[in-house]
Amino acid sequence: MTQSLLELRNVTMQFGGVVAVNDFSMHVDEGEIVALIGPNGAGKTTAFNCITGVYEPTNGEILYRGHTVVVSHPHGKMKKNYAGHNAELYMDRKIIHPTPDEVTKLGIARTFQNIRLFKSMTVYDNVLTAMHLRARQNVFSSVFRLSYKEERRMREDTDRLLKEQDLYKYKDEKATSLPYGKQRRLEIARALATEPELLLLDEPAAGMNPQETKELSSFIREIKDKYNLTVFMIEHHMDLVMGISDRIYVLDFGSPIAEGTPEEIQSNERVIKAYLGESDEI
Amino acid sequence: MDKAKKRKLALTWTCIAALYLVILILELTMRPTSILFTVLKKGAIYSLVAVSMNLLNGFTGLFSLGQAGFMLIGAYTYAILTMPSEVKTSQSVYKYYQCFITFDTGVFIGLLAAGLMAALFAFLIGLPVLRLKSDYLAIATLGFAEIVRAVFQWDVLGPVTNGANLLRSYIDLTRVTIPFTDIPFPPTLFVFIAAGVCILLIVLLINSSYGRAFKAIRDDETAAEAMGINLFRHKELSFVISSFFAGISGALLAMFQYTVQAQQFKSMMTYEILLIVVIGGIGSISGSCIASFLYITLSEWWLRGLDMGTFLGINAPGLFRSGFRKLVFSIIIMIIVLFFSRGIMGDKELSFTRIKAFFQRKGKNRKEVKA
Repeated sequence: MTQSLLELRNVTMQFGGVVAVNDFSMHVDEGEIVALIGPNGAGKTTAFNCITGVYEPTNGEILYRGHTVVVSHPHGKMKKNYAGHNAELYMDRKIIHPTPDEVTKLGIARTFQNIRLFKSMTVYDNVLTAMHLRARQNVFSSVFRLSYKEERRMREDTDRLLKEQDLYKYKDEKATSLPYGKQRRLEIARALATEPELLLLDEPAAGMNPQETKELSSFIREIKDKYNLTVFMIEHHMDLVMGISDRIYVLDFGSPIAEGTPEEIQSNERVIKAYLGESDEI
Repeated sequence: MDKAKKRKLALTWTCIAALYLVILILELTMRPTSILFTVLKKGAIYSLVAVSMNLLNGFTGLFSLGQAGFMLIGAYTYAILTMPSEVKTSQSVYKYYQCFITFDTGVFIGLLAAGLMAALFAFLIGLPVLRLKSDYLAIATLGFAEIVRAVFQWDVLGPVTNGANLLRSYIDLTRVTIPFTDIPFPPTLFVFIAAGVCILLIVLLINSSYGRAFKAIRDDETAAEAMGINLFRHKELSFVISSFFAGISGALLAMFQYTVQAQQFKSMMTYEILLIVVIGGIGSISGSCIASFLYITLSEWWLRGLDMGTFLGINAPGLFRSGFRKLVFSIIIMIIVLFFSRGIMGDKELSFTRIKAFFQRKGKNRKEVKA
């Protein structure tokens, strides 16, 4: 069996008494498009935030290319209040919790559910800023312009990326003045500037009209092939999810309830129940 | 496109060179005790510290109020280092203590050391404090500045800081000479060059990759972190650099004043600087400079009459007496905050195109009124 690019093992996230994600295990293989779906409040974004280092999971392990990136077990106050499963599995492991920037450095880039662009900057600067991660200059060489070659390369890369994403004509406009669909695109372009291998998209089609959603689906395929990406996304639009995903995971009330190809998911009874509710006796 | 940019840059540099030339000519022709020079010198020093505060508050989005503390550290470091060793041992300054430091350095090393010492303190204080956000950070840094002021007056540190007594006889502005000669350096020009170089460095920083990272943190911390910008490292960097330049401006202030006493670096001073930053526009370097000259000119020169009995030819010693200037000043500030809350420049920079556009718009308005 080939090694997975990203693997979650027994990831549990508990806030106070609420178990937002419970014992969630999954994997994303290289070159796949995997979707995570579930009703509102099912814990999808929480799972995302655990992967990207925003939250420290209460329990569980996350591996990237077979290396442990995050590992945690209930500690502190949670030791007593833990309500999830498998508390003993990682008890003897040392807690590892990277900051989001370290996760990005590994090659995992993300976008946000509610677009988070750098508001005061132009389209061009938004992308250029994201190149800072891979820049090798230190503060002295950048102040005294000793690394002007790298700076020039960064600017050329930004130009190229913007042209490829069809955003070049907006380059000097303020990021927030773009139409909504373009802002999404810019956010993805900015994520691409960090040179990721795995792209995490948090509801990329949120707030888009049907036309824009349609474009998005071909756009995701396009960038996946062009930049050799693996895509893991959260999405509500079933047309989009069913159209492009290789595999789908379903969360409901924090627990995984199904996994499989779009066809399997479509006919899965538990999924239908979770989405449509159980029918009462008539 | 690129050519136009180059031309603009050349024009900017020409203007700056012209400004320095004018200052040199003024210094060679005018009385050195003229109030104009006081205003220019103090204005330049405050420009530097305001710009350094703007780097933190305006560009990195860290609301810090420790500027006076770092200026104090810079001023003391400079004064202690550049005081000639025979003065230190002769008990003319250190009356009650045996001075602990027995060597002395030149102006350049003194200034650099002032900056580095402030930066070192900033680094140490930043480790715990920069994990705080917004108001809490402001309170913590303000507290730090007050603690520094108290500690520098502490008896036990007397052999270094001379306790609560003042320091003098170090190399002040009148004693600076042109390197390798005995010719005195024109003092205003010296301050302008020192502050100018520092501000230039800050501008270069802001327009570099790191400056963009700072702005990203200001705009959206979560997104900046997700784009791989280490929040703590970059905040610490900005804090240390800002304090470095605050330290240098403190040293320049010490040179300007001939004496240094910890007592004067009160939190009031930080508020003054914050005021300059707000008036100039948070996030605008040129705004900070303009506002600082404006502020100093008003408080040191144009509004002075309000305290002295006569203002604009009106002689009313009953009304215009000590303290009235502060009142008028407060009203001006309230007007600015109420009606020009974005400051003079907003977050834009001064440029020729902007000046031209400003006058064209004015002309247009006038024409419309006529029609």
